[in-house]
Amino acid sequence: MRKRNKGKKRSYVGLSVLSIVLFFFIWWLFTEGFLGTIKANVLPGPVKVFTTLIDKFSNKNPDGALMQMHLWASLKVTLSGYVIGCLVGIPLGIFMGWYEKADIFINPIFDFIRPIPGIAWTPLFILLFGIGMLPKVIVIALAAFGPALVNTYTGIRQTKEVHIWVGQTFGASKFEILTKIAIPSSIPFVLTGMRVGLGVAWSTIIGAEMLAATAGLGYLINLCRGIYRPDIIIAAMICVGLIGAGLGYVLTLAERQLMKGGRW
Amino acid sequence: MAEKRIKIKVDHLTKKFGELLVLDDVSFDVEEGEFLCIVGPTGCGKTTFLNSVTRLYDITAGQILVNGEEVDLKKHNISYIFQEFSAMPWLTIEQNVGFGLDIKKVPRAEKKERVDEMLEIVGLTDFRHFYPQQVSTSMNQRIGIARAFATRPEILLMDEPYGQLDIDLRFKLEDELVNLWRKTKTTVLFITHNVEEAVYLSEHIMVLTNKPCHVKTVIENRLPRPRDVMSMEFVKLRDHVTEMIKWW
Repeated sequence: MRKRNKGKKRSYVGLSVLSIVLFFFIWWLFTEGFLGTIKANVLPGPVKVFTTLIDKFSNKNPDGALMQMHLWASLKVTLSGYVIGCLVGIPLGIFMGWYEKADIFINPIFDFIRPIPGIAWTPLFILLFGIGMLPKVIVIALAAFGPALVNTYTGIRQTKEVHIWVGQTFGASKFEILTKIAIPSSIPFVLTGMRVGLGVAWSTIIGAEMLAATAGLGYLINLCRGIYRPDIIIAAMICVGLIGAGLGYVLTLAERQLMKGGRW
Repeated sequence: MAEKRIKIKVDHLTKKFGELLVLDDVSFDVEEGEFLCIVGPTGCGKTTFLNSVTRLYDITAGQILVNGEEVDLKKHNISYIFQEFSAMPWLTIEQNVGFGLDIKKVPRAEKKERVDEMLEIVGLTDFRHFYPQQVSTSMNQRIGIARAFATRPEILLMDEPYGQLDIDLRFKLEDELVNLWRKTKTTVLFITHNVEEAVYLSEHIMVLTNKPCHVKTVIENRLPRPRDVMSMEFVKLRDHVTEMIKWW
């Protein structure tokens, strides 16, 4: 029985690999392959894109910076903004989830601000703070803050009554019930909020850099649109995807550490 | 024989949820070291009853005294085994069993000793580093039992703790419970809808009526232990209790 399950898992991995291979094959087929009908200046093939991508790590042309500089520029802003967003959003979510009065007080403003996407704040912050790092960090922080807060809030609210009762019958104080029961029990929600927030933060930075920046992946993509270099655009998009997946994986590792016995 | 001390005194306890009257002027005393089983028709408010006695629910009227003073969960050493699973999924089994001891600030060495002892008694020593969601239903119920006994409670409340278990396991845990009770001399309030279980475990059986719930009668149970569920006396008492529960 076990053996069969293991075999099954392996064939599923095969399925995932197959989908990726198939994707690149079809792309190749219609560009560089024998069905090559799409012109390279419209959609370059995978071979061309990958050569460009590798080359871009040592070639400053045409934008005057190496790929790793753009990567770092984007990552620096995203991670600073993201950390700030989480550091504000998670405690505030706990606070609002636990104290009803805080909830009633803050919720109206929050309900109004939440539907405004992070990217829509960018022009305003550029006017206020210029096009340096600060306005972008604030935009990212705002973008990550929403999901972190909402999910943490929900997690605290969903603390099982019976767990609270366990604490109460043992004579726990309200504060102990918060720190020893409500907060740990909200971990899966907090992590979901952090995951959603990270996705939003990463896509927001790319967008924000397209609007105003002097470096970063979004800046590179936007610049190469103007000078007709779809190969660099796609190479940069691949970096965006890979880094997004990589950051997500870091959170998966954190999840495994914090929920050793499995999700609840 | 010396008169036993009154451990719990429930005085004119009334509980309403909005307009719905669930507990109607309930009064009774529980002696120290008593094993009281509480039976009653399904949905008569048995859980509300225990939650009101512990003041987890605010009560509408009446008072509950433990050792002659108003019940206070911070002061009185009370443990509660709930009907649903209540082990914390973010803690290992060992940490779960020690949870009450942490809250009560029991010194580390003593805590370890008591946790080890309880894990041994409920047969979870080999699983101490597992998490509740990794072990079976019955083990989860045993975590709750071990956690409740680890604090050496003066009062132990149990709300249909074995309702969801297989019959053979239920028998085993019932015997474990009786052994623990005899060893620790704790006062037990045990809710069940299973009359046989009540007769098997109790010293007294309290029969509740349908909603609004009040005490219909309290039946003394002095059957010798270990009890034989097939004996004439056992069957007779069981039938008597069953007869008392009938509300139709």
